[in-house]
Amino acid sequence: MTTASSASAIVATGLRKSYGDKVVLDGIDLHIPEGTIFALLGPNGAGKTTAVQILSTYIGADSGEVRVAGHDLARDPDAVRAAIGVTGQFSAVDKLLTGEENLILMADLHHLGRREGRVRAAELLRRFDLVEAGPNILATYSGGMRRRLDLAMTLIGDPRIIFLDEPTTGLDPRSRHTMWQIIRDLAAGGVTIFLTTQYLEEADQLANRIAVLDDGKVVAEGTADELKRLIPGGHIRLQFADSARLEAAAGILGEVVRDDDALTLQVPSDGGVRSLRALLDRLDHESIEVDGLTLRTADLDDVFFALTGHPTTEKDAAR
Amino acid sequence: MSIYSLSDSATMLRRDFRHLRRYPVMTISGVVTPTVMLLLFVYVFGGAMSSGLGGAGASYVNYLVPGILMMTLGSGCAATAVGVNMDMTEGIVARFRTMAISRASVLTGRVAGSMIRTLISVVLVIGVALIAGFRPTAGPVQWLEAIGFITLLTLALTWLAIGLGMAAKSPEGANGSTLLLQFGPFISSGFVRPDTMPAGVRWFAENQPFTSMIETMRGLLLGTPIGNSAIMATAWCIAIASVGYLWARATYKRDPIR
Repeated sequence: MTTASSASAIVATGLRKSYGDKVVLDGIDLHIPEGTIFALLGPNGAGKTTAVQILSTYIGADSGEVRVAGHDLARDPDAVRAAIGVTGQFSAVDKLLTGEENLILMADLHHLGRREGRVRAAELLRRFDLVEAGPNILATYSGGMRRRLDLAMTLIGDPRIIFLDEPTTGLDPRSRHTMWQIIRDLAAGGVTIFLTTQYLEEADQLANRIAVLDDGKVVAEGTADELKRLIPGGHIRLQFADSARLEAAAGILGEVVRDDDALTLQVPSDGGVRSLRALLDRLDHESIEVDGLTLRTADLDDVFFALTGHPTTEKDAAR
Repeated sequence: MSIYSLSDSATMLRRDFRHLRRYPVMTISGVVTPTVMLLLFVYVFGGAMSSGLGGAGASYVNYLVPGILMMTLGSGCAATAVGVNMDMTEGIVARFRTMAISRASVLTGRVAGSMIRTLISVVLVIGVALIAGFRPTAGPVQWLEAIGFITLLTLALTWLAIGLGMAAKSPEGANGSTLLLQFGPFISSGFVRPDTMPAGVRWFAENQPFTSMIETMRGLLLGTPIGNSAIMATAWCIAIASVGYLWARATYKRDPIR
């Protein structure tokens, strides 16, 4: 997506970070225009949180140049801090305070003044549907409420750039959709959003641009549509009763992934009704009986497989 | 941002107070250990102990209280070290690090809160001691001096505890690292006179910092001779406070993940 403004919210070149022998970020470059939503997509252990931690001044990089909101990250971290807000996994809420106290704590640290702070806190509680929960201790909050409060705390300071580290991980579908709507509303207000996620769907739904991070490297970058073109769509999985039928079907279907033990074939497909019908007609024509059929659309695993040649794996590296 | 560091520290202190009010367990546990020690030494060991005090004629509870106050500061430090260690791993402190707030304020707010908590314990323990028969002879001036000295002592030990707590890898480790502060007063003039101890232990007891601190409190509260203890104790306080402050600041400035 092109925006009228060509100013950059975040520019990073050659960002590197390692812990001991373990390379977490292996020279990543990012360019995020103002007012856009950018998603860093990758599995656990890819280095997403580390990237956010560096860009938000929480930890230092080993090397690389970064400018956030026009300020040099290494030379002027306080100017960067004044322009950003951070929400998510590592940056969070005070569990021993109430929701309202958490917001007022943030207001005080932004030096809003007593009256103004309280007004802002009440306004944000209303906006994020937390009015009733406001006077309660955080222990009574659900995951979704806590995440909303977390974001409300970030917004107290009116940041121009917001980092959201896996904003919806662990949330139920309804809370996830609420969070998505909040994020869209923020972006509509001109705020630049940098989010990390494990879900292709989330990146697809929200982001103007997506970078796929694997093992500390950006392996692909582009719009959701550009990335999807790199992915062989979904597939149809056919289950057969015996190896003779499997053999016969494999013979007529051409390019398939074959599993002799499970007696299945995977046929690439765009998931459309037309191609499904064509496939079944063909099998019918040859009188090959199919026991079962499942349809699968592309997910992060497919993106990864297509881009890196290996499936996503859980890595227990430092987040 | 430094113009705001005072107000940021006050904000942090308010946060600490809210925790204190909602979870008073930490403060209470800081009072329990010294109180139990006080009662044990007065009512169980007291009879045997006072005969060892010789001709001074002073009741043992009077001799004991300065040492117990020293222990109270020690347990306060344990609570501080554990508290700061746990706090540093909290997401909210990570958030503070990404905000344009004075970095020192997170620590100074914490120090102020911990000092107040520890001083409340001291007041409570003095209350128990008075009930147990403690009869200080200090006049208003000496009381003021004693309060000033105990506050200085608390400041020094709190900064050290903050340093210890931040450097420790776990809350358990933080507690362990303050054992010396909690039990060091045993090998001092706090419970018995050093001249009743064997030569090596005696030399240590007479020269370790707790003794000069305890002798200063004893002199101010009970009118015993202070000698050069006050100067020694003040020097120790300044040294401990400086080391603790520099250490804590350096640890806080370092990357939280290594």
